[in-house]
Amino acid sequence: MTVRSTWPWLVGMLVVACTSFFLKRSDIYLLSLCSVYLMATYGLNLTVGYAGQMSLGQAAFLGIGAYIGAILMTKAGWPFWCVLPVAAIVCFVVGLVIGFPALRVQHHYLAFATLGFNVLVFLALRNEEWLTGGTFGIANIPRPTLFGYPLDTEFRFFWLTFASLGVLMTLLWLLLRSPWGRAFAALRDNPIRAESLGVNITAYTLFAFAIGAAAAGIGGVYYASLVQFVEPGPFHFSTSLMMLLAVIVGGAGRFFGPLLGTVVIILLPELLRASTVPALQFMQKWYLVAFGVAVVLLMVWLPGGLLSLGDRWRRGRVGQ
Amino acid sequence: MAAPIIAFDKVVAGYTPSLTILNETTLDARAGEITLLIGPNGAGKSTVLKTLFGLLTPRSGEVRFESQRINGMDPRDLLGRGIAFVPQGRNLFGSLSVRHNLELGGITLPRGELTARIDEVLARFPRIRERIDNQASTLSGGEQKQLEVGRALLLRPRVILIDEPSIGLSPKLVQDVMALLRALADGGTTVLMVEQNVRTALKYSNRALVLEMGRLALDRPAGELLDEPDLNRLFLGGHARPAAG
Repeated sequence: MTVRSTWPWLVGMLVVACTSFFLKRSDIYLLSLCSVYLMATYGLNLTVGYAGQMSLGQAAFLGIGAYIGAILMTKAGWPFWCVLPVAAIVCFVVGLVIGFPALRVQHHYLAFATLGFNVLVFLALRNEEWLTGGTFGIANIPRPTLFGYPLDTEFRFFWLTFASLGVLMTLLWLLLRSPWGRAFAALRDNPIRAESLGVNITAYTLFAFAIGAAAAGIGGVYYASLVQFVEPGPFHFSTSLMMLLAVIVGGAGRFFGPLLGTVVIILLPELLRASTVPALQFMQKWYLVAFGVAVVLLMVWLPGGLLSLGDRWRRGRVGQ
Repeated sequence: MAAPIIAFDKVVAGYTPSLTILNETTLDARAGEITLLIGPNGAGKSTVLKTLFGLLTPRSGEVRFESQRINGMDPRDLLGRGIAFVPQGRNLFGSLSVRHNLELGGITLPRGELTARIDEVLARFPRIRERIDNQASTLSGGEQKQLEVGRALLLRPRVILIDEPSIGLSPKLVQDVMALLRALADGGTTVLMVEQNVRTALKYSNRALVLEMGRLALDRPAGELLDEPDLNRLFLGGHARPAAG
């Protein structure tokens, strides 16, 4: 992906963000939630799309980040900005450990190994009440301040989340344009060939998990501060499936794939459900059915995701 | 006669404990020569290369590079010691550009040195230079093989192990690839090659080793073997005369 090809996306993101000036509080909240999930799906895209390592455990890292944020900010009184690196480092280390099964198994075996991890984390969050509050969760999580300026409204917190997402995306973009990005692609395409070139496939496999997990952990801290309440439900493995779906629907291994996928998977159902357009009001009852059918059709006709439409169109033109 | 740079001494290796491919294989390759490994399917030709490059660990016996034991050594360490491997088939990363494929070949080099090495390789392959920013999958078969060899040369290896370089190439391109390997050997690089296109490969090689059932069955100068009337029979697994020397 070239620098030039990123501009339309960046302008599009900025335009969407600027609509927040005219949106209701609940819609701004939805945009913030979308930005938080984007942090996690961008991490997942690195693991799954670029490095080719299947993962069904991303919601667990989001949950670990969220609970670290919730516990440290409410019980220990740590400021948001100190919690962020702690959550990132803890998730990075846990991601390294979770990467080890990938050195032995691949594909659906790896998917089940990571799914098992997600289930374990979910059970720990639900059952370790002394630490996590169990199903009652942890409430009153504060919003951060920036140089003494409180980011306590939905609008202010959205811009913080949006700007942080921009920083995370920039860092991942730089990483993927470096030799690391080439090594991840080599690992995904053919590990044996990669090894014959001297790519340390053990290290890159582990880092693919660890970096993806750290991104989700950071997203988790933002989630805790956005919702101001955490309980285990949002970190169930069904959320991991939803994130994987977002990556695949957008286009796994394409930089803006998660952006498009997350918008489609999170925003579209909400927009359909809440639509006030008369022609779309029947969607308030049928939005999940319509959404399910659309995803099935998309996977059948465009297994490379929505962003592969451009490639298909170009191939069609060459064919003519 | 050049000194052996690679030696297998009674090496036993295989892909599973119950499947032995190399059966006390003893052979060597000499510095600055092209040594051609031939034999029927399943004779262990590719297994020799994989064992030499650390992708398989010998169960017994000794693999030596420049008289030093390298049994089961990590491929990255072997690259560092000067052994490069071009596996069978298409080995490029098709979704990456030509430049990025070259950069992957030099991933173990310091960044500053990599740029100079890529320029050095591109000077040898002008056609690749012209297509440096193209996606690797858009190159022709011959260009892809040139790029694979060029990528292997980035680390300035002293030994190149190359498995079936002619697969999928037209006869003209096969000649070009063989001429390139000959030029490398003439420049001092040792080439150990597995090739099914035996007659063409023999014309460019110094020496031919015939493997049968994981053992060395014949060791002859390539020119002599080219005149062998029973070459096809040998290649397909017929009885061979004992190894020379």
